[in-house]
Amino acid sequence: MADGSIGLWTVPLAVLGGAIRVSTPFLFVSLGECITERAGRINLGLEGTLVVGAMSAYGISYLTGSPWLGVLAAGITGALLGALHAGICSLPRVNDVAVGIALMLFGTGLAFYLGKPLIEPTAPRLPAIDFGWWSDIPQVRAALRINVLFLIGVVLAPILYWAFRTTRWGLLIRTAGESSDAARAMGHSVLLIRLRATMAGGFLAGIGGSFLSLFYPGSWNEGLSSGQGITAVALVIFARWDPLLCLWASLAFGGAAALGPALQSVGITSGYHLFNAAPYILTLAIMIITCSPKRTLTGAPAELSITR
Amino acid sequence: MDSGRISRRHVLQGGAALTLGAAAGLRPAFAAETTIGFIYVGSRDDYGYNQAHAQGAAALKKIPGLKVVEEEKVPETDAVEKTIESMINLDGATLLFPTSFGYYNPHMIKMANKYPKLRFEHCGGLWSEKDPKNAGSYFGYIDEAQYVSGIVAGLTSKSSKLGFVAAKPIPQVLRNINAFTLGAKSVNSKATTQVIFTGDWSMPVKEAEATNSLIDQGVDVLTCHVDGPKTMVENAARRGAFVCGYHTNQSALAPKAYLTGAEWNWEALYPKFVKMIASGEGIPNFYRGGLKEDIVKTSPYGEAVSAEARKAADEAKAKFLSAEGFAIFKGGLVDNKGKTVIPAGTDRGQKDPELEKMDYLVEGVLGATS
Repeated sequence: MADGSIGLWTVPLAVLGGAIRVSTPFLFVSLGECITERAGRINLGLEGTLVVGAMSAYGISYLTGSPWLGVLAAGITGALLGALHAGICSLPRVNDVAVGIALMLFGTGLAFYLGKPLIEPTAPRLPAIDFGWWSDIPQVRAALRINVLFLIGVVLAPILYWAFRTTRWGLLIRTAGESSDAARAMGHSVLLIRLRATMAGGFLAGIGGSFLSLFYPGSWNEGLSSGQGITAVALVIFARWDPLLCLWASLAFGGAAALGPALQSVGITSGYHLFNAAPYILTLAIMIITCSPKRTLTGAPAELSITR
Repeated sequence: MDSGRISRRHVLQGGAALTLGAAAGLRPAFAAETTIGFIYVGSRDDYGYNQAHAQGAAALKKIPGLKVVEEEKVPETDAVEKTIESMINLDGATLLFPTSFGYYNPHMIKMANKYPKLRFEHCGGLWSEKDPKNAGSYFGYIDEAQYVSGIVAGLTSKSSKLGFVAAKPIPQVLRNINAFTLGAKSVNSKATTQVIFTGDWSMPVKEAEATNSLIDQGVDVLTCHVDGPKTMVENAARRGAFVCGYHTNQSALAPKAYLTGAEWNWEALYPKFVKMIASGEGIPNFYRGGLKEDIVKTSPYGEAVSAEARKAADEAKAKFLSAEGFAIFKGGLVDNKGKTVIPAGTDRGQKDPELEKMDYLVEGVLGATS
């Protein structure tokens, strides 16, 4: 078209582009939380981990000039926060949900405090791979500029699915999550397994944060996460603790986040608050359809404090 | 006070002020310098609303004899009253600037009644005769600068499609969208502004999505009214679109894409306020102004702005600066639903209070307020 507009095609394209752009933090946090919860712990602190990850990635990228070092730093700080959560939870009679909420507040507070001098500078961003080279429509090309982290996440989901089912490590994590007595009887330390699972979860959540500050929206500020970490934790329940379903759920949430702005841009302006709420309406609908009073949630690890 | 001779008594007084000050309402007896308190709702370096105020505060710090104390991220709750109390009682502040909209009523009014000898200046509120005399409200007609941005945008755009990323459909935001659009239409009759509301003041992911959707629709010049324009500016520049800034100068973030912008000019206004107090005339309780009064300004033109656009924008600025002024919202104005919102023959000048109740989008804006 002469004026460069693609009319109503904007909406499906924006939902596709949004699914790719917005979903990555959801994907990483939910995969991380999937590992942690499969081992029998809930880490609600991942919202804080996400924000700390975003801040440390931006800071390290700015200081060293290498965004990849930033991603690594985000992963390491995330793992450390995970270790803190697991460490406190390994004390007797500590509630993991309460610790998680405390760590969420601690993480965001710490990130805002340390991130103060980072709001103004511009740090090097992660590169994007151009998968839209075959198209001469600029909108398609823009939607298909994909970051490597997204691809890593997409590959990671089936690997985790496979690992939970067939590897020794996967079995150990599941055992710790389904029956800590069984794991102990086998001679394994449940606390150690959960420590490692929570650290792995924190590592992934930190990387999810680095995507926010280093790729999209692509800068550090205090409103950056606006609850995406906590949404991703909820998404794990929604995805029934299945890494592959986490992938689809993240894509759906990403696409739904793009729906509101895209509909407004083509002139469907009424009820934009409703469209902005689309991801949450979707969650509620699926929860209502799939829940049953006769049994616990399918797939829920038996050791989780919410199912016990 | 001679700082070389600190007596035991002074030390005790200082200690008392620090520890018991808030409770006892003590103030340092010898204020050798005037202390001014600034309170921000967000972060001081957000490239936006709060940074604009912080730049104004920084201008005051340069004046000898003035001490500035600041506090960031103070919520619009009774937390601001506590901050005001501690600035008065611990730091000895005598002039306070609570800069966020929600601080005004009831919080600042309450404090102004409690401390009738101190001066309170609020940004954005509507001071009325019922309010305490030691309180005041000031604001700028930043829509004048938006009108100038609209002219530059209308002459720079190749598609004649402009985009506006807005937070909420409240009067101040609608006034900016409308002024931007009217500016663009004054030089380019085909120009339209597509507006997207994100729903809140700081939603970086939504703002980035809105920016991308607008550009996908063929929009090639964007501006915004959100708390931190950084996200919109950076993401639009990455997609190769041009931007007009808001609140402060964001040209450092996107030097090639930045055309101009509507900025607050608090660094000119605050020293003026201090001079008014020093000269004894005091600050008027209700203070408003635009480009002419130096309360708002436009960013210097970016390199992408053509000579034609510079000329048209400079002419508009000259009209705002002229003695008779210039009304953006003229009689016979039609909204985007076809309804006449200002009857023919009655121009609404900038100071017209009707404009502070704006609830429509003018013809040429694509979007709706609800």
